[in-house]
Amino acid sequence: MKVNQSNSLLSLIAIMVLGLASGCSSTFEPWVKPYERDNLADPIMSMNRNPVSLSYTHHAYQAREGARGAEGGAGGGCGCN
Amino acid sequence: MPKVVLEAVVAVIRRKMTSPSGTVRKLLSRLIFACIILGVLAWQAFAAVLPQDRSDAMYHSYQGGGMSIDGPSILLRKKIGNHVSFSANYYVDTISGASIDVLATASPYEEERTENSIGVDYLHNKTLMSLNYTTSSENDFEAESFHFGVSQDFFGDLTTLSLGYSKGNDEVGKTGDDTFLELAERQNYQLGITQVITKNMIMGLSVENISDQGYLNNPYRSVRFLDATSARGYRFETEVYPNTRRSNAAAVTANYYLPYRASVYGEAKVFSDSWGIQANTYKLGYIHTFGEDWIVELRARHYQQDKADFYQDLYNRSAEFNFRARDKEMSTFNNLSLGLSVTYEFQFSATNFFKKSTLNLDFDHVNFDYDDFRNVLVDASTEVVPVGAEPLYQFSANITRLYVSIFY
Repeated sequence: MKVNQSNSLLSLIAIMVLGLASGCSSTFEPWVKPYERDNLADPIMSMNRNPVSLSYTHHAYQAREGARGAEGGAGGGCGCN
Repeated sequence: MPKVVLEAVVAVIRRKMTSPSGTVRKLLSRLIFACIILGVLAWQAFAAVLPQDRSDAMYHSYQGGGMSIDGPSILLRKKIGNHVSFSANYYVDTISGASIDVLATASPYEEERTENSIGVDYLHNKTLMSLNYTTSSENDFEAESFHFGVSQDFFGDLTTLSLGYSKGNDEVGKTGDDTFLELAERQNYQLGITQVITKNMIMGLSVENISDQGYLNNPYRSVRFLDATSARGYRFETEVYPNTRRSNAAAVTANYYLPYRASVYGEAKVFSDSWGIQANTYKLGYIHTFGEDWIVELRARHYQQDKADFYQDLYNRSAEFNFRARDKEMSTFNNLSLGLSVTYEFQFSATNFFKKSTLNLDFDHVNFDYDDFRNVLVDASTEVVPVGAEPLYQFSANITRLYVSIFY
């Protein structure tokens, strides 16, 4: 049973990795084209639209809570800022 | 190169498929490893951009729980040429009043904290690297830290991968005790992935591991223990924390663009550490625009945590356990924040140098409810309350940020 689960998972992994690997090729076609990214480039879509205020807010919470980290510094992703 | 990588990955998977002894955990860790390696190798000539030039001047204020903290924060950011962007941040906290922790054992106080930060971002072969150095200074606390980060868009600019490392050193002193000096150091490892899902949706994943070593207590905080010889029935003694701490946090975010220039966003975060604290944070926000000039945001945030293993509101005797804490930040509690932001965009100057300016007001109201931290200050009233049966503590706070941003 466990082996079957592992094999299923391996198949899934193989598909995912192959999918990712295909992104390595220079022929990768993005499913959202550069000219379709107007909405994504709008400041209202940014988690970090106001960095000074955001970093202060994180500090205000972190000083009063036990949790810390993963404050989401991954950035835009639309490649158009 | 990609073909070689692909063949190597397929070979590893094939070998693994013939071995039924591999565990799911091993497979997942290998998948993550493979993805990271592929991601790193796939860093090709895709667009990476320097942060936008801007200056921000902010007044910030925190009022609540007997504390009043406010001050300025100034950020300057400017590109030099096409490859380098410098930034500098000056930040001050002016603190007055005292929280319940201090009022229970000491007197109100006033102090100031100044933080200075400088950074440089460097665009090289389409890879964005950043380096930051920050110092923080108080009369009884000195800290410095540096951060290195690298980020790159790949897979047709639909995916952004960010990796970060920070290291910090603290020097902890104690007012009124010139001989008191303790040290602590901290290391952070960060991984972030942002993924364009559709032309209206972005999702992000952030993971961060933080490890601390050294003096991690607050030298002014105490624990209380039962003592029948005391008039109040209890006394206070210095808290003792472990001298190591390791924590992991992971957050998933999503932003969705609505058809009428508005957006909704959400965030879910989980946290756990080696002290036994487990926490969840959920955020939900809605951003609405009015014409070209106004942006209004409404948001809610809920945080809940379970206490550290060594936290107790009341100990049975002095030095009952090796590690002892009564910091309310270590207890079981939750808080709910409701917030509003208003942004007005205007033209600061008719010259071409200034692209746009914004005037912003952010306000959040937060309610904290503690499940096992009791309000010992009720003793001051005429009512006699048995030790350990005081009402649970709760308080609310207002967090305000008022700032001007100029983009050039």
